[in-house]
Amino acid sequence: MDGNYILYKLILASVILLISLVVAMYSTLLERKVAGFFQDRLGPNRAGIGGIFQPLADGLKLFFKEEFMPGTADKFLYILGPSLTMMIALLTSAVIPWGNSFIINGTEYTLQVADINVGVLYVFAILSIGVYGIMIGGWASNNKYALIGAVRAASQMISYELAMSMSIIAIVMMSGTLSLKDIVDQQHGMNWNVWYQPLGFLIFIVCAFAECNRSPFDLPECETELIGGYHTEYSSMKLGFYLFAEYINMFISSAMIATLFFGGYNFPFMDSLNLSHNALTIIGSLVFFVKIAFFVFFFMWVRWTLPRFRYDQLMRLGWKSLLPLAIINILITGFVIMIKNHL
Amino acid sequence: MSVNQNIGSLSGRSKIVSNKKMTFAERIYLPAIFGGFRITLGHFFKKNTTIQYPEETRPIAEIYRGKHVLKRDDEGRERCTACGLCALACPAEAITMIAAERKEDEMTLYREEKYASMYEIDMLRCIFCGLCEEACPKEAIFLTNEIVPSNLERSDFIYGKDVLVEPVDKRVDISQRQTPEVLAFKKDKNQSHNS
Ligand code: SF4
Ligand code: SF4
Repeated sequence: MDGNYILYKLILASVILLISLVVAMYSTLLERKVAGFFQDRLGPNRAGIGGIFQPLADGLKLFFKEEFMPGTADKFLYILGPSLTMMIALLTSAVIPWGNSFIINGTEYTLQVADINVGVLYVFAILSIGVYGIMIGGWASNNKYALIGAVRAASQMISYELAMSMSIIAIVMMSGTLSLKDIVDQQHGMNWNVWYQPLGFLIFIVCAFAECNRSPFDLPECETELIGGYHTEYSSMKLGFYLFAEYINMFISSAMIATLFFGGYNFPFMDSLNLSHNALTIIGSLVFFVKIAFFVFFFMWVRWTLPRFRYDQLMRLGWKSLLPLAIINILITGFVIMIKNHL
Repeated sequence: MSVNQNIGSLSGRSKIVSNKKMTFAERIYLPAIFGGFRITLGHFFKKNTTIQYPEETRPIAEIYRGKHVLKRDDEGRERCTACGLCALACPAEAITMIAAERKEDEMTLYREEKYASMYEIDMLRCIFCGLCEEACPKEAIFLTNEIVPSNLERSDFIYGKDVLVEPVDKRVDISQRQTPEVLAFKKDKNQSHNS
Protein backbone atom coordinates (compact mmCIF):
# COMPACT_ATOMS: atom_id res chain seq x y z
CA MET A 1 0.00 0.00 0.00
CA ASP A 2 2.27 2.77 -1.15
CA GLY A 3 1.30 6.42 -1.55
CA ASN A 4 0.93 5.99 -5.29
CA TYR A 5 -1.71 3.36 -4.83
CA ILE A 6 -3.73 5.42 -2.40
CA LEU A 7 -3.50 8.45 -4.66
CA TYR A 8 -4.68 6.38 -7.61
CA LYS A 9 -7.66 5.04 -5.67
CA LEU A 10 -8.55 8.54 -4.50
CA ILE A 11 -8.51 9.87 -8.03
CA LEU A 12 -10.49 6.91 -9.29
CA ALA A 13 -13.10 7.30 -6.56
CA SER A 14 -13.47 11.02 -7.31
CA VAL A 15 -13.75 10.38 -11.03
CA ILE A 16 -16.41 7.73 -10.50
CA LEU A 17 -18.26 10.01 -8.11
CA LEU A 18 -18.13 12.77 -10.66
CA ILE A 19 -19.25 10.51 -13.48
CA SER A 20 -22.16 9.20 -11.41
CA LEU A 21 -23.27 12.73 -10.62
CA VAL A 22 -22.95 13.98 -14.17
CA VAL A 23 -24.69 10.93 -15.56
CA ALA A 24 -27.49 11.34 -13.03
CA MET A 25 -27.72 15.00 -13.91
CA TYR A 26 -28.06 14.28 -17.58
CA SER A 27 -30.43 11.40 -16.91
CA THR A 28 -32.92 14.00 -15.77
CA LEU A 29 -32.62 15.68 -19.14
CA LEU A 30 -32.73 12.33 -20.90
CA GLU A 31 -35.82 11.38 -18.94
CA ARG A 32 -37.62 14.51 -20.03
CA LYS A 33 -36.45 14.14 -23.60
CA VAL A 34 -37.41 10.49 -23.75
CA ALA A 35 -40.78 11.26 -22.18
CA GLY A 36 -41.26 13.93 -24.79
CA PHE A 37 -40.46 11.65 -27.67
CA PHE A 38 -42.68 8.91 -26.31
CA GLN A 39 -45.51 11.41 -26.28
CA ASP A 40 -44.82 12.82 -29.75
CA ARG A 41 -43.28 15.95 -28.28
CA LEU A 42 -39.74 17.33 -28.32
CA GLY A 43 -39.01 17.75 -24.65
CA PRO A 44 -36.97 20.66 -23.28
CA ASN A 45 -34.93 22.26 -26.06
CA ARG A 46 -34.57 25.92 -25.15
CA ALA A 47 -31.66 25.98 -22.71
CA GLY A 48 -28.68 25.59 -25.01
CA ILE A 49 -28.59 23.45 -28.14
CA GLY A 50 -31.17 20.72 -27.73
CA GLY A 51 -31.66 21.67 -24.09
CA ILE A 52 -28.13 20.71 -23.10
CA PHE A 53 -28.07 23.20 -20.21
CA GLN A 54 -31.47 22.22 -18.88
CA PRO A 55 -30.10 20.19 -15.93
CA LEU A 56 -28.01 23.20 -14.88
CA ALA A 57 -31.05 25.43 -15.07
CA ASP A 58 -33.06 22.91 -13.07
CA GLY A 59 -30.36 22.70 -10.44
CA LEU A 60 -30.08 26.46 -10.24
CA LYS A 61 -33.83 26.72 -9.86
CA LEU A 62 -33.81 24.22 -7.00
CA PHE A 63 -31.09 26.18 -5.24
CA PHE A 64 -33.07 29.39 -5.40
CA LYS A 65 -36.32 27.86 -4.23
CA GLU A 66 -37.52 28.71 -0.77
CA GLU A 67 -36.19 26.42 1.94
CA PHE A 68 -39.27 25.25 3.72
CA MET A 69 -39.29 23.13 6.82
CA PRO A 70 -42.52 22.13 8.55
CA GLY A 71 -42.72 23.60 12.04
CA THR A 72 -43.37 20.24 13.63
CA ALA A 73 -40.63 18.43 11.77
CA ASP A 74 -37.69 16.86 13.54
CA LYS A 75 -34.95 19.18 12.33
CA PHE A 76 -32.03 16.79 12.53
CA LEU A 77 -33.79 13.83 10.93
CA TYR A 78 -35.40 16.08 8.36
CA ILE A 79 -32.00 17.09 7.05
CA LEU A 80 -30.50 13.66 7.56
CA GLY A 81 -33.11 12.00 5.31
CA PRO A 82 -32.09 13.38 1.91
CA SER A 83 -28.40 13.40 2.78
CA LEU A 84 -28.51 9.74 3.70
CA THR A 85 -30.41 8.83 0.55
CA MET A 86 -27.84 10.60 -1.56
CA MET A 87 -24.88 9.10 0.25
CA ILE A 88 -26.17 5.56 0.12
CA ALA A 89 -27.06 5.94 -3.54
CA LEU A 90 -23.43 6.79 -4.27
CA LEU A 91 -21.90 4.09 -2.06
CA THR A 92 -22.61 1.15 -4.36
CA SER A 93 -20.48 2.58 -7.13
CA ALA A 94 -17.37 1.60 -5.14
CA VAL A 95 -17.53 -2.11 -5.90
CA ILE A 96 -18.69 -1.98 -9.49
CA PRO A 97 -15.89 -2.86 -11.92
CA TRP A 98 -16.08 0.03 -14.38
CA GLY A 99 -13.49 -1.49 -16.60
CA ASN A 100 -10.72 -4.05 -16.64
CA SER A 101 -7.33 -2.59 -15.78
CA PHE A 102 -4.57 -0.42 -17.15
CA ILE A 103 -1.02 -1.69 -17.14
CA ILE A 104 1.34 1.24 -16.92
CA ASN A 105 5.06 0.57 -16.39
CA GLY A 106 4.34 -2.92 -15.22
CA THR A 107 1.95 -1.86 -12.49
CA GLU A 108 -1.69 -2.88 -12.83
CA TYR A 109 -4.33 -0.28 -12.13
CA THR A 110 -7.81 -1.78 -11.91
CA LEU A 111 -10.80 0.37 -12.75
CA GLN A 112 -12.62 -0.62 -9.61
CA VAL A 113 -12.38 1.29 -6.39
CA ALA A 114 -12.57 -1.73 -4.13
CA ASP A 115 -12.42 -5.30 -5.34
CA ILE A 116 -13.74 -6.76 -2.11
CA ASN A 117 -14.26 -10.48 -2.17
CA VAL A 118 -17.80 -10.08 -0.83
CA GLY A 119 -18.85 -7.46 -3.38
CA VAL A 120 -22.28 -8.97 -3.88
CA LEU A 121 -22.95 -8.98 -0.15
CA TYR A 122 -21.79 -5.38 0.05
CA VAL A 123 -24.30 -4.43 -2.61
CA PHE A 124 -27.07 -6.18 -0.69
CA ALA A 125 -26.07 -4.43 2.49
CA ILE A 126 -26.13 -1.01 0.85
CA LEU A 127 -29.40 -1.76 -0.86
CA SER A 128 -31.09 -2.62 2.38
CA ILE A 129 -30.00 0.56 4.13
CA GLY A 130 -31.06 2.54 1.07
CA VAL A 131 -34.59 2.71 2.40
CA TYR A 132 -33.48 4.43 5.61
CA GLY A 133 -33.14 7.80 3.92
CA ILE A 134 -36.71 7.57 2.69
CA MET A 135 -37.98 6.24 6.02
CA ILE A 136 -36.27 8.95 8.02
CA GLY A 137 -37.37 11.70 5.67
CA GLY A 138 -40.96 10.49 5.65
CA TRP A 139 -41.03 10.13 9.41
CA ALA A 140 -39.34 13.44 10.17
CA SER A 141 -41.74 15.40 7.94
CA ASN A 142 -44.55 14.76 10.42
CA ASN A 143 -47.02 14.50 7.60
CA LYS A 144 -49.45 11.66 7.06
CA TYR A 145 -48.78 11.37 3.34
CA ALA A 146 -45.05 11.36 3.87
CA LEU A 147 -45.45 8.70 6.53
CA ILE A 148 -47.61 6.50 4.33
CA GLY A 149 -45.06 6.91 1.56
CA ALA A 150 -42.24 5.97 3.90
CA VAL A 151 -44.08 2.91 5.22
CA ARG A 152 -44.86 1.83 1.72
CA ALA A 153 -41.24 2.27 0.72
CA ALA A 154 -40.09 0.17 3.65
CA SER A 155 -42.40 -2.73 3.00
CA GLN A 156 -41.77 -2.58 -0.74
CA MET A 157 -38.03 -2.67 -0.25
CA ILE A 158 -38.17 -5.59 2.12
CA SER A 159 -40.49 -7.54 -0.13
CA TYR A 160 -38.47 -7.09 -3.27
CA GLU A 161 -35.07 -7.38 -1.69
CA LEU A 162 -35.76 -11.02 -0.93
CA ALA A 163 -36.55 -11.94 -4.49
CA MET A 164 -33.68 -9.82 -5.75
CA SER A 165 -31.13 -11.42 -3.47
CA MET A 166 -32.39 -14.86 -4.36
CA SER A 167 -32.03 -14.14 -8.06
CA ILE A 168 -28.42 -13.15 -7.52
CA ILE A 169 -27.76 -16.22 -5.40
CA ALA A 170 -28.31 -18.30 -8.52
CA ILE A 171 -25.57 -16.24 -10.22
CA VAL A 172 -23.28 -16.67 -7.25
CA MET A 173 -23.88 -20.42 -7.31
CA MET A 174 -22.98 -20.52 -10.98
CA SER A 175 -19.84 -18.47 -10.75
CA GLY A 176 -18.79 -19.63 -7.31
CA THR A 177 -17.58 -16.22 -6.21
CA LEU A 178 -18.93 -13.16 -4.44
CA SER A 179 -16.48 -10.75 -6.04
CA LEU A 180 -18.10 -8.66 -8.76
CA LYS A 181 -14.89 -8.51 -10.75
CA ASP A 182 -14.59 -12.28 -10.83
CA ILE A 183 -18.22 -12.53 -11.89
CA VAL A 184 -17.54 -10.14 -14.75
CA ASP A 185 -14.33 -11.89 -15.77
CA GLN A 186 -16.20 -15.17 -16.04
CA GLN A 187 -18.52 -13.65 -18.61
CA HIS A 188 -15.71 -13.23 -21.10
CA GLY A 189 -16.74 -12.36 -24.65
CA MET A 190 -20.34 -13.27 -25.24
CA ASN A 191 -20.49 -15.74 -22.36
CA TRP A 192 -23.00 -13.58 -20.51
CA ASN A 193 -24.97 -14.74 -17.52
CA VAL A 194 -28.24 -13.68 -19.06
CA TRP A 195 -28.07 -16.65 -21.45
CA TYR A 196 -27.89 -19.02 -18.48
CA GLN A 197 -30.17 -17.15 -16.11
CA PRO A 198 -32.98 -15.58 -18.14
CA LEU A 199 -35.47 -16.13 -15.33
CA GLY A 200 -33.04 -14.73 -12.79
CA PHE A 201 -32.53 -11.70 -15.02
CA LEU A 202 -36.26 -11.12 -15.29
CA ILE A 203 -36.70 -11.33 -11.53
CA PHE A 204 -33.70 -9.10 -10.94
CA ILE A 205 -34.80 -6.38 -13.30
CA VAL A 206 -38.34 -6.29 -11.92
CA CYS A 207 -36.93 -6.06 -8.41
CA ALA A 208 -34.49 -3.38 -9.53
CA PHE A 209 -37.42 -1.27 -10.64
CA ALA A 210 -39.08 -1.76 -7.30
CA GLU A 211 -35.90 -0.99 -5.37
CA CYS A 212 -35.38 2.22 -7.32
CA ASN A 213 -38.97 3.28 -6.66
CA ARG A 214 -39.37 3.65 -10.36
CA SER A 215 -42.61 3.34 -12.19
CA PRO A 216 -44.52 0.98 -12.32
CA PHE A 217 -43.53 0.50 -8.68
CA ASP A 218 -43.26 4.14 -7.65
CA LEU A 219 -45.83 3.73 -4.91
CA PRO A 220 -43.85 5.45 -2.14
CA GLU A 221 -44.04 8.70 -4.07
CA CYS A 222 -47.09 8.26 -6.27
CA GLU A 223 -48.34 11.77 -6.68
CA THR A 224 -51.91 10.84 -7.52
CA GLU A 225 -52.46 9.18 -4.14
CA LEU A 226 -49.86 10.65 -1.85
CA ILE A 227 -48.98 14.06 -3.31
CA GLY A 228 -45.37 13.01 -3.65
CA GLY A 229 -45.22 10.53 -0.76
CA TYR A 230 -42.14 10.70 1.41
CA HIS A 231 -40.91 13.97 -0.11
CA THR A 232 -44.24 15.81 0.20
CA GLU A 233 -42.81 18.24 2.73
CA TYR A 234 -39.47 18.73 1.05
CA SER A 235 -38.52 21.70 -1.04
CA SER A 236 -35.49 23.33 -2.56
CA MET A 237 -32.27 21.36 -2.75
CA LYS A 238 -33.39 18.78 -0.21
CA LEU A 239 -36.11 17.75 -2.60
CA GLY A 240 -33.48 17.95 -5.31
CA PHE A 241 -31.38 15.42 -3.40
CA TYR A 242 -34.23 12.96 -3.23
CA LEU A 243 -35.03 13.31 -6.90
CA PHE A 244 -31.38 13.21 -7.81
CA ALA A 245 -30.76 10.11 -5.71
CA GLU A 246 -33.42 8.36 -7.73
CA TYR A 247 -31.45 8.97 -10.89
CA ILE A 248 -28.20 7.87 -9.31
CA ASN A 249 -29.96 4.72 -8.14
CA MET A 250 -31.15 4.16 -11.65
CA PHE A 251 -27.64 4.57 -12.98
CA ILE A 252 -26.15 2.22 -10.40
CA SER A 253 -28.92 -0.33 -10.92
CA SER A 254 -28.28 -0.28 -14.64
CA ALA A 255 -24.60 -0.78 -13.93
CA MET A 256 -25.43 -3.72 -11.67
CA ILE A 257 -27.68 -5.29 -14.30
CA ALA A 258 -24.96 -4.88 -16.90
CA THR A 259 -22.35 -6.28 -14.51
CA LEU A 260 -24.27 -9.29 -13.30
CA PHE A 261 -26.10 -10.34 -16.43
CA PHE A 262 -24.63 -8.63 -19.45
CA GLY A 263 -20.94 -9.21 -19.01
CA GLY A 264 -19.94 -5.81 -17.64
CA TYR A 265 -17.05 -4.54 -19.72
CA ASN A 266 -16.88 -7.70 -21.82
CA PHE A 267 -17.92 -7.51 -25.43
CA PRO A 268 -18.09 -10.03 -28.26
CA PHE A 269 -14.99 -10.69 -30.38
CA MET A 270 -12.78 -8.97 -27.86
CA ASP A 271 -10.03 -11.58 -28.38
CA SER A 272 -9.98 -11.43 -32.14
CA LEU A 273 -9.34 -7.68 -32.26
CA ASN A 274 -5.63 -8.06 -31.56
CA LEU A 275 -5.51 -4.94 -29.42
CA SER A 276 -3.28 -4.21 -26.52
CA HIS A 277 -4.56 -4.75 -23.01
CA ASN A 278 -4.96 -1.04 -22.33
CA ALA A 279 -6.88 -0.37 -25.55
CA LEU A 280 -9.18 -3.27 -24.78
CA THR A 281 -9.82 -1.79 -21.36
CA ILE A 282 -10.81 1.54 -22.84
CA ILE A 283 -13.16 -0.04 -25.36
CA GLY A 284 -14.51 -2.32 -22.64
CA SER A 285 -15.34 0.60 -20.40
CA LEU A 286 -17.07 2.37 -23.25
CA VAL A 287 -19.05 -0.76 -24.03
CA PHE A 288 -19.97 -0.97 -20.36
CA PHE A 289 -21.30 2.57 -20.47
CA VAL A 290 -23.28 1.83 -23.61
CA LYS A 291 -24.87 -1.09 -21.80
CA ILE A 292 -25.65 1.11 -18.82
CA ALA A 293 -27.10 3.78 -21.10
CA PHE A 294 -29.35 1.20 -22.67
CA PHE A 295 -30.69 0.11 -19.32
CA VAL A 296 -31.18 3.68 -18.17
CA PHE A 297 -33.18 4.17 -21.33
CA PHE A 298 -35.04 0.97 -20.56
CA PHE A 299 -35.94 2.29 -17.12
CA MET A 300 -37.46 5.35 -18.78
CA TRP A 301 -39.11 3.32 -21.48
CA VAL A 302 -40.89 1.28 -18.83
CA ARG A 303 -41.88 4.38 -16.94
CA TRP A 304 -43.64 5.90 -19.92
CA THR A 305 -45.25 2.63 -20.92
CA LEU A 306 -46.66 0.95 -17.85
CA PRO A 307 -49.22 2.30 -15.43
CA ARG A 308 -48.57 2.09 -11.71
CA PHE A 309 -49.40 -1.07 -9.81
CA ARG A 310 -51.93 -1.06 -7.04
CA TYR A 311 -50.37 -1.67 -3.66
CA ASP A 312 -51.91 -5.09 -3.11
CA GLN A 313 -50.87 -6.09 -6.62
CA LEU A 314 -47.35 -5.01 -5.82
CA MET A 315 -47.23 -7.12 -2.70
CA ARG A 316 -48.81 -10.08 -4.44
CA LEU A 317 -46.32 -9.86 -7.27
CA GLY A 318 -43.42 -9.68 -4.85
CA TRP A 319 -44.34 -12.40 -2.42
CA LYS A 320 -46.50 -14.76 -4.42
CA SER A 321 -44.84 -14.63 -7.82
CA LEU A 322 -41.28 -13.35 -7.77
CA LEU A 323 -40.15 -14.99 -4.54
CA PRO A 324 -41.35 -18.51 -5.47
CA LEU A 325 -39.94 -18.01 -8.96
CA ALA A 326 -36.58 -17.00 -7.51
CA ILE A 327 -36.56 -20.09 -5.28
CA ILE A 328 -37.42 -22.32 -8.21
CA ASN A 329 -34.63 -20.64 -10.15
CA ILE A 330 -32.17 -21.49 -7.38
CA LEU A 331 -33.37 -25.07 -7.32
CA ILE A 332 -33.00 -25.45 -11.07
CA THR A 333 -29.57 -23.86 -11.02
CA GLY A 334 -28.48 -26.15 -8.19
CA PHE A 335 -29.82 -29.15 -10.02
CA VAL A 336 -28.00 -28.29 -13.23
CA ILE A 337 -24.76 -27.67 -11.36
CA MET A 338 -25.11 -31.01 -9.62
CA ILE A 339 -25.65 -32.86 -12.88
CA LYS A 340 -22.70 -31.07 -14.47
CA ASN A 341 -20.44 -32.04 -11.60
CA HIS A 342 -21.41 -35.68 -11.90
CA LEU A 343 -20.85 -35.92 -15.61
CA MET B 1 -84.20 -4.43 -13.98
CA SER B 2 -83.37 -0.96 -15.08
CA VAL B 3 -85.04 0.81 -17.95
CA ASN B 4 -81.81 0.96 -19.88
CA GLN B 5 -81.58 -2.74 -20.34
CA ASN B 6 -84.98 -2.81 -21.98
CA ILE B 7 -84.45 -0.17 -24.60
CA GLY B 8 -80.71 -0.60 -25.08
CA SER B 9 -78.29 2.28 -25.25
CA LEU B 10 -79.40 5.46 -26.95
CA SER B 11 -75.98 6.35 -28.26
CA GLY B 12 -75.31 2.82 -29.42
CA ARG B 13 -71.86 3.07 -27.89
CA SER B 14 -72.41 1.16 -24.69
CA LYS B 15 -70.27 -1.92 -24.20
CA ILE B 16 -70.96 -4.97 -22.13
CA VAL B 17 -68.05 -5.46 -19.76
CA SER B 18 -66.90 -8.94 -19.02
CA ASN B 19 -65.28 -10.05 -15.84
CA LYS B 20 -63.92 -13.29 -17.17
CA LYS B 21 -60.97 -14.97 -15.57
CA MET B 22 -57.63 -13.88 -16.99
CA THR B 23 -55.76 -16.37 -19.10
CA PHE B 24 -52.26 -17.44 -18.20
CA ALA B 25 -50.74 -15.12 -20.77
CA GLU B 26 -52.65 -12.24 -19.26
CA ARG B 27 -51.75 -13.18 -15.73
CA ILE B 28 -48.00 -13.14 -16.28
CA TYR B 29 -48.35 -9.61 -17.74
CA LEU B 30 -45.35 -10.06 -20.04
CA PRO B 31 -47.12 -10.24 -23.43
CA ALA B 32 -49.13 -7.15 -22.57
CA ILE B 33 -45.99 -5.39 -21.34
CA PHE B 34 -44.15 -6.11 -24.57
CA GLY B 35 -47.19 -4.94 -26.50
CA GLY B 36 -46.96 -1.70 -24.57
CA PHE B 37 -43.26 -1.39 -25.33
CA ARG B 38 -43.99 -1.75 -29.01
CA ILE B 39 -46.59 0.99 -28.94
CA THR B 40 -44.41 3.46 -27.05
CA LEU B 41 -41.40 2.73 -29.22
CA GLY B 42 -43.56 3.35 -32.26
CA HIS B 43 -44.35 6.78 -30.86
CA PHE B 44 -40.69 7.35 -30.07
CA PHE B 45 -39.84 7.30 -33.75
CA LYS B 46 -42.97 9.02 -34.94
CA LYS B 47 -42.81 12.57 -36.20
CA ASN B 48 -43.57 14.82 -33.27
CA THR B 49 -46.37 17.31 -33.38
CA THR B 50 -44.63 20.16 -31.60
CA ILE B 51 -44.97 23.62 -33.11
CA GLN B 52 -41.95 25.67 -32.08
CA TYR B 53 -43.72 28.84 -31.05
CA PRO B 54 -42.73 31.68 -31.49
CA GLU B 55 -40.43 30.70 -34.39
CA GLU B 56 -43.24 28.68 -35.90
CA THR B 57 -46.89 29.51 -35.64
CA ARG B 58 -49.98 27.54 -36.28
CA PRO B 59 -51.85 28.90 -39.30
CA ILE B 60 -54.89 30.84 -38.15
CA ALA B 61 -58.10 31.66 -39.96
CA GLU B 62 -58.41 34.98 -41.76
CA ILE B 63 -61.34 35.92 -39.58
CA TYR B 64 -59.58 34.88 -36.40
CA ARG B 65 -60.86 36.70 -33.34
CA GLY B 66 -57.87 38.12 -31.52
CA LYS B 67 -56.86 41.45 -30.03
CA HIS B 68 -59.32 44.30 -30.62
CA VAL B 69 -58.72 47.44 -32.63
CA LEU B 70 -60.59 50.74 -32.37
CA LYS B 71 -60.89 51.97 -35.94
CA ARG B 72 -60.49 55.45 -37.34
CA ASP B 73 -62.45 56.66 -40.34
CA ASP B 74 -60.95 57.64 -43.69
CA GLU B 75 -60.00 61.08 -42.39
CA GLY B 76 -58.26 59.61 -39.42
CA ARG B 77 -60.92 60.45 -36.85
CA GLU B 78 -61.83 57.98 -34.11
CA ARG B 79 -65.11 56.32 -34.94
CA CYS B 80 -66.18 55.35 -31.43
CA THR B 81 -68.93 57.48 -29.98
CA ALA B 82 -68.87 55.98 -26.53
CA CYS B 83 -72.42 54.71 -26.79
CA GLY B 84 -71.57 51.80 -24.54
CA LEU B 85 -73.38 49.23 -26.65
CA CYS B 86 -70.29 47.09 -26.85
CA ALA B 87 -69.93 47.12 -23.09
CA LEU B 88 -73.57 46.17 -22.80
CA ALA B 89 -73.24 43.37 -25.32
CA CYS B 90 -70.10 41.99 -23.78
CA PRO B 91 -70.94 38.76 -21.92
CA ALA B 92 -67.70 38.91 -20.02
CA GLU B 93 -68.06 42.48 -18.78
CA ALA B 94 -64.65 43.20 -20.18
CA ILE B 95 -65.23 46.67 -21.60
CA THR B 96 -65.44 49.93 -19.73
CA MET B 97 -65.30 53.52 -20.95
CA ILE B 98 -65.79 57.16 -20.02
CA ALA B 99 -67.57 59.45 -22.47
CA ALA B 100 -66.60 63.05 -23.15
CA GLU B 101 -67.91 65.87 -25.32
CA ARG B 102 -65.96 66.86 -28.39
CA LYS B 103 -64.58 70.43 -28.29
CA GLU B 104 -64.51 72.87 -31.22
CA ASP B 105 -60.85 72.28 -31.92
CA GLU B 106 -61.17 68.49 -31.79
CA MET B 107 -63.15 68.15 -35.01
CA THR B 108 -60.27 66.39 -36.71
CA LEU B 109 -59.80 63.91 -33.87
CA TYR B 110 -63.25 62.47 -33.30
CA ARG B 111 -65.96 61.76 -35.79
CA GLU B 112 -68.95 62.13 -33.47
CA GLU B 113 -69.84 64.82 -30.97
CA LYS B 114 -69.39 62.43 -28.15
CA TYR B 115 -66.30 60.30 -27.86
CA ALA B 116 -64.61 57.95 -25.45
CA SER B 117 -61.99 59.77 -23.41
CA MET B 118 -61.12 56.46 -21.76
CA TYR B 119 -61.76 53.06 -23.23
CA GLU B 120 -60.45 49.87 -21.66
CA ILE B 121 -60.76 46.20 -22.41
CA ASP B 122 -59.60 43.66 -19.86
CA MET B 123 -58.02 40.98 -22.00
CA LEU B 124 -58.13 38.51 -19.13
CA ARG B 125 -61.89 38.80 -18.94
CA CYS B 126 -62.48 38.91 -22.67
CA ILE B 127 -63.52 35.62 -24.23
CA PHE B 128 -63.00 36.89 -27.78
CA CYS B 129 -66.57 36.19 -28.76
CA GLY B 130 -66.84 39.18 -31.07
CA LEU B 131 -70.17 40.37 -29.70
CA CYS B 132 -68.77 43.86 -29.14
CA GLU B 133 -67.95 44.07 -32.80
CA GLU B 134 -71.45 42.92 -33.67
CA ALA B 135 -73.06 45.42 -31.35
CA CYS B 136 -71.13 48.47 -32.49
CA PRO B 137 -73.33 50.79 -34.64
CA LYS B 138 -70.36 52.92 -35.68
CA GLU B 139 -68.10 50.20 -37.10
CA ALA B 140 -65.63 51.29 -34.50
CA ILE B 141 -64.48 48.13 -32.81
CA PHE B 142 -63.14 45.06 -34.53
CA LEU B 143 -61.28 41.96 -33.57
CA THR B 144 -58.02 41.35 -35.43
CA ASN B 145 -55.95 38.26 -36.06
CA GLU B 146 -53.30 39.53 -33.69
CA ILE B 147 -52.73 37.41 -30.59
CA VAL B 148 -52.80 38.98 -27.15
CA PRO B 149 -49.29 38.35 -25.82
CA SER B 150 -48.55 36.98 -22.38
CA ASN B 151 -47.66 39.31 -19.55
CA LEU B 152 -46.35 39.14 -16.01
CA GLU B 153 -48.82 41.52 -14.36
CA ARG B 154 -52.58 41.30 -14.36
CA SER B 155 -52.82 45.04 -14.72
CA ASP B 156 -50.85 44.88 -17.96
CA PHE B 157 -53.69 42.97 -19.54
CA ILE B 158 -56.02 45.95 -19.31
CA TYR B 159 -55.61 47.57 -22.70
CA GLY B 160 -56.40 51.24 -22.96
CA LYS B 161 -56.86 53.52 -25.95
CA ASP B 162 -53.11 53.80 -26.42
CA VAL B 163 -53.02 50.15 -27.48
CA LEU B 164 -56.46 49.72 -28.96
CA VAL B 165 -56.85 52.73 -31.27
CA GLU B 166 -55.19 52.12 -34.59
CA PRO B 167 -52.35 54.48 -35.46
CA VAL B 168 -53.15 56.92 -38.28
CA ASP B 169 -50.12 55.89 -40.27
CA LYS B 170 -50.49 52.16 -39.61
CA ARG B 171 -54.05 51.22 -40.50
CA VAL B 172 -55.27 47.78 -39.47
CA ASP B 173 -56.95 45.84 -42.23
CA ILE B 174 -60.24 44.39 -41.02
CA SER B 175 -61.79 43.86 -44.44
CA GLN B 176 -61.75 40.10 -43.90
CA ARG B 177 -64.08 40.48 -40.96
CA GLN B 178 -66.29 42.93 -42.87
CA THR B 179 -67.60 40.51 -45.46
CA PRO B 180 -70.67 41.63 -47.46
CA GLU B 181 -72.80 39.34 -45.30
CA VAL B 182 -71.61 41.03 -42.16
CA LEU B 183 -72.22 44.46 -43.62
CA ALA B 184 -75.70 43.48 -44.76
CA PHE B 185 -76.41 42.13 -41.33
CA LYS B 186 -75.24 45.35 -39.77
CA LYS B 187 -77.50 47.45 -41.95
CA ASP B 188 -80.52 45.25 -41.24
CA LYS B 189 -82.84 47.50 -39.28
CA ASN B 190 -84.83 44.50 -38.07
CA GLN B 191 -81.98 43.51 -35.84
CA SER B 192 -82.44 44.94 -32.39
CA HIS B 193 -79.05 46.60 -32.17
CA ASN B 194 -79.51 48.50 -35.42
CA SER B 195 -82.97 49.89 -34.80
S1 SF4 C 1 -64.93 40.00 -27.78
FE1 SF4 C 1 -66.69 39.46 -26.51
S2 SF4 C 1 -65.83 39.25 -24.48
FE2 SF4 C 1 -64.31 40.35 -25.66
S3 SF4 C 1 -64.74 42.47 -25.30
FE3 SF4 C 1 -65.86 41.91 -27.13
S4 SF4 C 1 -67.88 41.31 -26.41
FE4 SF4 C 1 -66.53 41.34 -24.63
S1 SF4 D 1 -66.93 50.80 -29.79
FE1 SF4 D 1 -68.86 51.03 -30.86
S2 SF4 D 1 -70.35 50.13 -29.45
FE2 SF4 D 1 -68.54 50.49 -28.27
S3 SF4 D 1 -68.84 52.48 -27.39
FE3 SF4 D 1 -67.72 52.81 -29.26
S4 SF4 D 1 -69.27 53.18 -30.77
FE4 SF4 D 1 -70.32 52.31 -29.03
